Amino acid sequence: MTNNSSTSNLIHSSTGDWEMVIGLEVPAQVTSRAKLFSGAATEFGAEPNSQVSLVDAAMPGMLPVINEECVAQAVRTGLGLNAKINLRSVFDRKNYFYPDLPQGYQISQFTQPIVGEGDVVLDMEDGESVTVGIERLHLEQDAGKSLHDQDPKNSYVDLNRSGVALMEIVSKPDIRSAAQAQAYVTKLRSILRYLGTCNGDMEEGSLRADVNVSVRRPGASLGTRCEIKNMNSIRFIGQAIEYEAHRQIDILEEGGEIIQQTRLFDTKIGETRSMRSKEEAHDYRYFPDPDLLPVEFSQEFVDGLAAKLPELPDQKKIRFMTDWNLAPYDAELLVAEKERADYFEEIVGLGADPKASANLILNQHLGRVNKEGIAFEAAPVSAAANAAILKMTRDGMISGKIAKELYDLVWETGKDPEQLVEERGLKQVTDTGAIEKVVDEVISANPKQVEQVKAKPQTLGWFVGQVMQKTGGKANPQAVNTLLREKLDIADE
Amino acid sequence: MSELTDISLAEARNGLRRKEFSAKEITQAHIDAIETGNEALNAYILPTPKLALKTAEIADKKISDNEARPLEGIPLGIKDLFCTKDVRTTASSHILNGFTPTYESTITRNLWDAGAVMLGKLNCDEFAMGSSNETSHFGNVISPWRREGSNAPLVPGGSSGGSAAAVSARLCLGATATDTGGSIRQPAALTGTVGIKPTYGRCSRWGVVAFASSLDQAGPLTRTVHDAAIMLKVMSGYDPKDSTSVDLPVPDFEAALSGGMKGLKVGIPKEYRMDGMPEEIETLWQQGIEWLRSEGAEIIDVSLPHTKYALPAYYIVAPAEASSNLARYDGVRYGLRVPGGDIIEQYENTRSAGFGPEVKRRVLIGTYVLSAGYYDAYYLKAQKVRTLIKRDFEQAFEKVDVLLTPATPGPAFALGEKSGDPIEMYLNDIFTVPANMSGLPGISIPAGLSNEGTPLGLQLISRAFDEEMLFRVGKVIEDAAGILSRPEDWWSIT
Amino acid sequence: MKVDDATVRNIARLARIKVSDEEAISLKGELNGILQWVEQLNEVDTDGVEPMTCVTEMPVKMRKDEVTDGGYASDIVKNAPEKAGTFFVVPKVVE
Repeated sequence: MTNNSSTSNLIHSSTGDWEMVIGLEVPAQVTSRAKLFSGAATEFGAEPNSQVSLVDAAMPGMLPVINEECVAQAVRTGLGLNAKINLRSVFDRKNYFYPDLPQGYQISQFTQPIVGEGDVVLDMEDGESVTVGIERLHLEQDAGKSLHDQDPKNSYVDLNRSGVALMEIVSKPDIRSAAQAQAYVTKLRSILRYLGTCNGDMEEGSLRADVNVSVRRPGASLGTRCEIKNMNSIRFIGQAIEYEAHRQIDILEEGGEIIQQTRLFDTKIGETRSMRSKEEAHDYRYFPDPDLLPVEFSQEFVDGLAAKLPELPDQKKIRFMTDWNLAPYDAELLVAEKERADYFEEIVGLGADPKASANLILNQHLGRVNKEGIAFEAAPVSAAANAAILKMTRDGMISGKIAKELYDLVWETGKDPEQLVEERGLKQVTDTGAIEKVVDEVISANPKQVEQVKAKPQTLGWFVGQVMQKTGGKANPQAVNTLLREKLDIADE
Repeated sequence: MSELTDISLAEARNGLRRKEFSAKEITQAHIDAIETGNEALNAYILPTPKLALKTAEIADKKISDNEARPLEGIPLGIKDLFCTKDVRTTASSHILNGFTPTYESTITRNLWDAGAVMLGKLNCDEFAMGSSNETSHFGNVISPWRREGSNAPLVPGGSSGGSAAAVSARLCLGATATDTGGSIRQPAALTGTVGIKPTYGRCSRWGVVAFASSLDQAGPLTRTVHDAAIMLKVMSGYDPKDSTSVDLPVPDFEAALSGGMKGLKVGIPKEYRMDGMPEEIETLWQQGIEWLRSEGAEIIDVSLPHTKYALPAYYIVAPAEASSNLARYDGVRYGLRVPGGDIIEQYENTRSAGFGPEVKRRVLIGTYVLSAGYYDAYYLKAQKVRTLIKRDFEQAFEKVDVLLTPATPGPAFALGEKSGDPIEMYLNDIFTVPANMSGLPGISIPAGLSNEGTPLGLQLISRAFDEEMLFRVGKVIEDAAGILSRPEDWWSIT
Repeated sequence: MKVDDATVRNIARLARIKVSDEEAISLKGELNGILQWVEQLNEVDTDGVEPMTCVTEMPVKMRKDEVTDGGYASDIVKNAPEKAGTFFVVPKVVE
């Protein structure tokens, strides 16, 4: 079942096949009101340095005190990743100088993180199932922000982000393609959002990814990796990995060597480039933070949190597949966002056919939502409206084509679909007499095409189109087809 | 020297309550003493007379309203390591040039809430790194004590040298101090004052400029054991803002003073008898043993086998923590900034100009022992040794209630006498460091005079959170030692 | 000598302290002296000994997830050597 490195993921080259090896480090902002070690607020967009406590600004003599909710959120996330929860973990100091790092060290977890090994299962579009191992999850402080565009000679430092809790989620190097990496981030984001432990907003930077990429010949030992830092879009993650893997392959095929380095992805030109940095090799001098005691909690505390976890995407997916007979990939897409899954369940709950509902959401509804660039929850077509459209289609009251139009009408007018069908006379015409009249008109008006269709029956569609046009799309296409075949003497397919 | 500066803190408390004198009067007496004496001693680096008198007025009002709080109207000096709201705080370092906190440390907040009056900020070694108060950016503190027949300036000890000199010279009734490796007890011993380092976690570290977080602990420096008990009671207590502060009730330390020695077992750790220890120290120690024995204590020889390793382990752990704690002094948010071509050069220039030689030395040692490839050999090894040192004490305290040791390996030395060799200076803390390494409380009690006529102290160490034992036994030593001579006032400008 | 000139330079760089050539020479001697002196710890058998991670063994106290602090940007930048509004100002940092 698990098949990370199927041959389909290999990159074929004139010199032979190459395999990508990818691991991700995802810093995810913990959903909490206050910061990890201070009582300052975590909200975005406040005035510079207004959400900063004396602790966050590293004033002399200030001390960290851990926020219990951040600990609980990390444990919940660990549970959602099927991971080992460490009942004792230790905060360490990671020492380096940077203007937006006021303490001169970041409080993080080095040798004893709060969460150990776990896994995430991905269902790929081609039906493949891929398991990606989680190495660890640890809690750490976010840094402040340096603004470089305010002044030609200076950078401005705002510490509002300083001390906000991050969960750094580190995967094992189990990923073998850009698509898997994208699916991994998508899945991780979905799990975090279900759990309510991170809002997953990549644009705001609440969820980012540092992507480690290396290439090797299949079966060979690991190659030298490069880290692409600070990716904040799933689309760009895919592009960056493709570019980086091919860059490395080109170097290797020309007999060169990969230099381990940190790179940035330039979204404008779609290329990764080495970070211009004259900085010497880092020596972070980790040691346990003497201002903090080890974090210890009981198994009962963990069990208590486990008991209150919501249904997670994988559990929901299995339920959708068993209860509604959905295909795994459709189910995966539906559960990817909690709002989407809830919407689906609401439609089905109103009596609509599950498969038709899934199709409607994944094709028409999501298509329109994406086209309009709005949030899923903001779509003006309610689940009830879609249930009504599906019901009218199933009952033959409207045609499939009209159903699509009706959906758009509901979107634009916000009106009730049944009311719109009444008002605009969208009901399907099944009265054979009325349809026959139009069919006759079309046949007699187009003698040339009649000649043609007799030689080439596949051009019958043209006649169907003409009839549908004249009836404003309301004629039952089945009935039109049957009548045309009778009158033109074309055999059924 | 007026009568009002010469009384003990306990006597002042009683006198104020009985309205024998006002808070304003006793505060003014100390302000006058600072004005005439501080130039010679350099104990205060920032006297705050106006603030003191303003607070004293409030104290007098409280006293007349019969609402006196535990330290109402008591004038104190504050080591410059304690952040004081709107009053410049520098840790005696140039790098905190002009820094004026917008906040008050928990300990000083406790003192002001108890009605105490701040006379000013006291000199200390830069970031509390030193044993002679010779590393301060504001210059040396001179001990009020002199060797018999000599005018050569002596060090008051360190790092709380300003606190010790001010208390000893009657420039305050008591002072706050901090002790990372002996910085309360050693200067107390060298100036004939009482200094207690409580158990790690007893006093909040919030708002106290950090040197080495796992070792730093604040405490009082006073002229009597009783005064220390009064001050420590107010300074102590759980602080939710300090994760390492302990949520335990604060005992009535004054009540412990009258406990006596009956039924107590006193441990004499043989490893404190160091090679080459001056005879006068050995004599003093024997004297202390006799005093306690004659008061009814059972004297028991104990062994603390890892004592010798406490100091070298300390000189790994303390600099390591300091190298990280002092990283925040980068010229970005407060204090000194020395510009450079880019941000890195600015950091380097600022920290080079802002830190003195001893601080630089320790920051570099600390950086080295934490750096890649050396962490296990130095830092981890030292923390393991620390576990063994703590275990030694735990085993000893299965047999005894308190340990009696010398406080220092010798009396006060002359200015410049030991500043040439860092290790020779470090050896001053050989008897005090083990208590810091294990978090245990220790007190230094003046117990006699050296051959040179300068003070010597004895140290008591007890179980964690048993400061009551230190006050109880400390009082016995103090009483047995009787009234010791005091430095002759040479420093006041008349 | 464990610590050579390059090591002194390297740790001074890590600690962001500029040292002059003269300082480097005396620091090298002092650091070696101190390191040599602490070597005596190697006499201690620490096999199987846990390093001390906290001085007092007690359960960690945590804060509630409540916003109780912040909202005083002018205090935060009050002591800043250079500021613009409530921003700290530093020489341009090149990414």
